[in-house]
Amino acid sequence: MIELIPPVIISCLVAFFVVFFTTPYMISFLEKRNLTVKDVNKKENTMIARPGGISIIAGIIASEIALYAFLQKNEILAILFVTFIAFLIGYIDDRKFRKNAWFKPVTLAIASIPIIVLGTYDSNLVFPLFGTVQIPVLYLGIIVFMIPITGNTINSIDVLNGVASGFMVIASFSLSICLFIVENYEIAIISLPLGFVSLAFYRYHKIPSRIFPGDSGALALGAMYGTIAIIGGVEIIAAVALLPAVINSFLFLSSVKRMVEHRQIKEKPVEHTDDFRLKATDAKTAPVTLVRLILAGGPLSEKQIALTIFKLAIFSGILAIITSFLMRITL
Amino acid sequence: MKSSLFGFLFAMWVLMLVGGGIAVTLLGPISISGFGESSWFIGSVIKAVIAITLVVIWILILSKLKNWIFKKELRS
Repeated sequence: MIELIPPVIISCLVAFFVVFFTTPYMISFLEKRNLTVKDVNKKENTMIARPGGISIIAGIIASEIALYAFLQKNEILAILFVTFIAFLIGYIDDRKFRKNAWFKPVTLAIASIPIIVLGTYDSNLVFPLFGTVQIPVLYLGIIVFMIPITGNTINSIDVLNGVASGFMVIASFSLSICLFIVENYEIAIISLPLGFVSLAFYRYHKIPSRIFPGDSGALALGAMYGTIAIIGGVEIIAAVALLPAVINSFLFLSSVKRMVEHRQIKEKPVEHTDDFRLKATDAKTAPVTLVRLILAGGPLSEKQIALTIFKLAIFSGILAIITSFLMRITL
Repeated sequence: MKSSLFGFLFAMWVLMLVGGGIAVTLLGPISISGFGESSWFIGSVIKAVIAITLVVIWILILSKLKNWIFKKELRS
């Protein structure tokens, strides 16, 4: 255990400081090249740099390479490959090479192939309280579905300043704690940079945002989270920690009933009040989303909504930790 | 609405635990023999079909729950 302390400290420091120091340069680089988008939730015409995915992926790659220097595990390579491919998929979308709604799920499914090729998975699915079930064929399907699901859920929750990165801080640290509880120490260590990358990016993404992660950032964070879930054998726990984002995707898909990009939605789920708070629309055909549900009780500011989402994420994190303790019990 | 959302999250969690229990109890003991080396594959496919059916039922229950919560909130 003691020999694992130096890689933990070094990888976490690298993850945090690479993002912390490169993001300001990224912001000015993007602003100089007019790579900005309008922040639709601000009264003034505020333009925000995008995509911040480049500094996120730099932090992930640097920290995982630092870890690889100590641990030489295929699991680290799987994270590097899957996350980088997911970043590239998101970057294609960020640069407005518009694709149809199936582009991201299909390509993210392909991005999961390194996990299978490197053999960094265990086809036994572990359930809390009830034990293990062997599903060799079905598990391959779970791998192929997991990365598009986690990638797209994080992407779909990236609707307000700071929400995606803040949510990832809570979800990923919860997952790391759970990995320690189930005594999967090496994967717990490998997972820690995700939380530190998200934390450093949150510094610039929180309200008022100076940079947006874009699809490249959100997909990279989500894909890394999904990969950790698979290589750590904590798929159920990871799903529990991600529940608010899963609910958001579930509500959206069950109300629009097809794969569709947010920009293709005609009736918006939320609108602005005169004082530029957000309120749920009355439009019957507008999709139901997590933000719309939160606003069903009345108008709220962007900051208040973000705070509610973080509270939901903390609640899910606690449920995930309880789940990981239940993993140690078999009825 | 906020408390309803926490309730919805909790309900999802309970459904996951119960679903896991059903999956292990139902899928775990399934073992096919008599097809030679293909037995494990056929057994796995059967497990996959049952698991997917369970997920579909899980989604339907959640969908009903979501509609109930959202409609109740809009009425209040």
